[in-house]
Amino acid sequence: MPVETVFETTIKRVSILDEHGRFDEELGADLIPDADLIKLYSHLVTCRHFDEIAFKLQRSGRMGTYPENRGQEATSLGAAYALRKTDWLVPCYRENAGLFWHGLPMEYVLLHWMGDERGNEIPSGVNVTPLAIPIGTQMLHAAGLAWSHKYRGDDAVACTFFGDGATSEGDFHEAMNFSANLDLPVIFFCQNNSWAISVPTRIQCSAPTIAQRGVGYGMECIQVDGNDLFAVVKVVRDAAERARTANRPTFIEAITYRLGDHTTADDARRYRDQEEVEMWKLRDPLIRLRNHLDAKGLWDETRQAALLEKAEAHVVDVVKSAEEIEPLPASDMFANMYKAMPAGLEEQARAMRTCSLGRFPGETADRAAT
Amino acid sequence: MANLTLVQAINLALIQEMERDDRVLILGEDVGLNGGVFRVTEGLHKRFGADRVVDTPLAESGIIGASIGLAMGGLLPIPEIQFEGFLGPAYDQLCTHAARMRTRTRGALTVPLTVRVPIGGGIHAPELHSDSPEAIYTHVPGIKVVMPSSPYDAKGLLISAIRDPDPVIFFEPKRIYRAFREEVPEDEYTIPIGEARIVREGDELTMVSWGASVIQCMNAIESSGRDIELIDLRSISPIDMPRISASVQKTGRAVVVHEAPMTCGVGAEIASRIMEECFLHLEAPVQRVTGFDCTMPYYKLELDYLPDAARIEQAVADVIAY
Repeated sequence: MPVETVFETTIKRVSILDEHGRFDEELGADLIPDADLIKLYSHLVTCRHFDEIAFKLQRSGRMGTYPENRGQEATSLGAAYALRKTDWLVPCYRENAGLFWHGLPMEYVLLHWMGDERGNEIPSGVNVTPLAIPIGTQMLHAAGLAWSHKYRGDDAVACTFFGDGATSEGDFHEAMNFSANLDLPVIFFCQNNSWAISVPTRIQCSAPTIAQRGVGYGMECIQVDGNDLFAVVKVVRDAAERARTANRPTFIEAITYRLGDHTTADDARRYRDQEEVEMWKLRDPLIRLRNHLDAKGLWDETRQAALLEKAEAHVVDVVKSAEEIEPLPASDMFANMYKAMPAGLEEQARAMRTCSLGRFPGETADRAAT
Repeated sequence: MANLTLVQAINLALIQEMERDDRVLILGEDVGLNGGVFRVTEGLHKRFGADRVVDTPLAESGIIGASIGLAMGGLLPIPEIQFEGFLGPAYDQLCTHAARMRTRTRGALTVPLTVRVPIGGGIHAPELHSDSPEAIYTHVPGIKVVMPSSPYDAKGLLISAIRDPDPVIFFEPKRIYRAFREEVPEDEYTIPIGEARIVREGDELTMVSWGASVIQCMNAIESSGRDIELIDLRSISPIDMPRISASVQKTGRAVVVHEAPMTCGVGAEIASRIMEECFLHLEAPVQRVTGFDCTMPYYKLELDYLPDAARIEQAVADVIAY
């Protein structure tokens, strides 16, 4: 046969709790115990409230630019829940829910967006890397972190988050290639939220799915409903198992949606239809989970009211702790440049000047006298 | 004449060059329908269509690499890199290829591209949205680097950059994107690349700066009451040394001001050249008032990092008292 098919593939999509409330018992039955489900839902609600307050802080001039997380919280949370505390989360900047679940204190994220580097001083034992502001550069770090665990012989994995836009960056492809070819325990978690600021996914990827990008690197790939917490937990758990036992990476494309603007500096009305946003509001992961809990008899209005009250009080404390942190001295910008500060830098830090004259007290006067 | 901000002056220059020459096209992230995150390309997508104002995939190396190809193919691309902090991935294409193509092919292939990049701090932006990497590209032979400090200069310099036969990085100081307005002629005009501007004349000291720092220098000069000559470099590569030297030979004293870190900043080159060309005229060591040799801090400390009028005034006082 002169022409034969040497390779064929299919991309599967996982959905367990769909937008109409249908629940797949076969896949979903023992996935998340009820007690955990309540914790996860409570966390989502708290994170949503945090997000709303963060937005308001920016609007009232109490915080700098902030990227709303609204609408895509189930992706990072599902992943963090499916992983162990010893695993790494390597985020971009719209993964508050997962980072908080993994142990990053909430006020750290506020401090970061308040222009305070103490928000990046990640507490010891919390395996997360700082929010990555440049697009699509952090996935290689996940490959390296995963590699370090493989090297040492433990079974921790690294899960890195990024958007559809980031899959256009060269570093993304290098990270995929490294992980697949060097057999690294990495989970590539793409949050396809339809928009890279104003640019639609079609400009980043003209294949039917982003998931199939993994095929070219010889790695397992799967698409998942990113607003379905159950489905996210399922695919990340499978990916983690594959990483732990076989050192093989997985590429996950989670279909979700950025309900807010790209950041508070953006105005999405300039480039996308409100109808699209309204449609996605109906697929909100919080609504879906709430309805499911209601149907299972695990939740009611009284509990919801109590949860909201608790969430509000908690976020008040978080904001207070971020806003009332002691002011940073200007010299702080020098503090962590190197383990040991070079003499020249120490001089700049002491004088808060760069010009050589006036660095030494009395010098100018001495010169003037001679 | 119209009273325009820096953003509007750049927008006007883009419109006029695109109308004049259909080889000119714009490409980058969010430059199309959204009009750029700073609205510099506002209205251009509608006016010139999606073939000439192109939203690209999110990839800075791709944007510059493809622009090199477009330029070698006879077009005049104006790629936008959204923030100076995202130049990193594009560095390879800029320095490994754009800068070298002419010399490597002995002029057979050239790269007449104009890379527009917002630069600098002072707007409370997140990390990698406030840096000043102009010295890095000034160090690379084969690339021209310009940075206007006023709407009038922005229009004339951008037109020169677009028409320049070699790669030009056009840095736009975002701190003064909308800080003030200025009369900008509707008619086309150019400001030659490589020509500094004497902002104000003076006999006591020469101050050299560029970009948003020029405004800080003006403030310092006004409050010092000194007779200072202020030179706005406008073009960082090539540097207008004849103008600087002539001024320093007159005043005998010089202070260079920039936002970027001190060590190996453009100020180091200027101080060195002044030493070479004006040694016998100098009454005091050349001084630099710059950002510190540390990573640009997050915005809570950015005003402590950036040279301000007080720091500049202190340096002036020290140099004059020397």
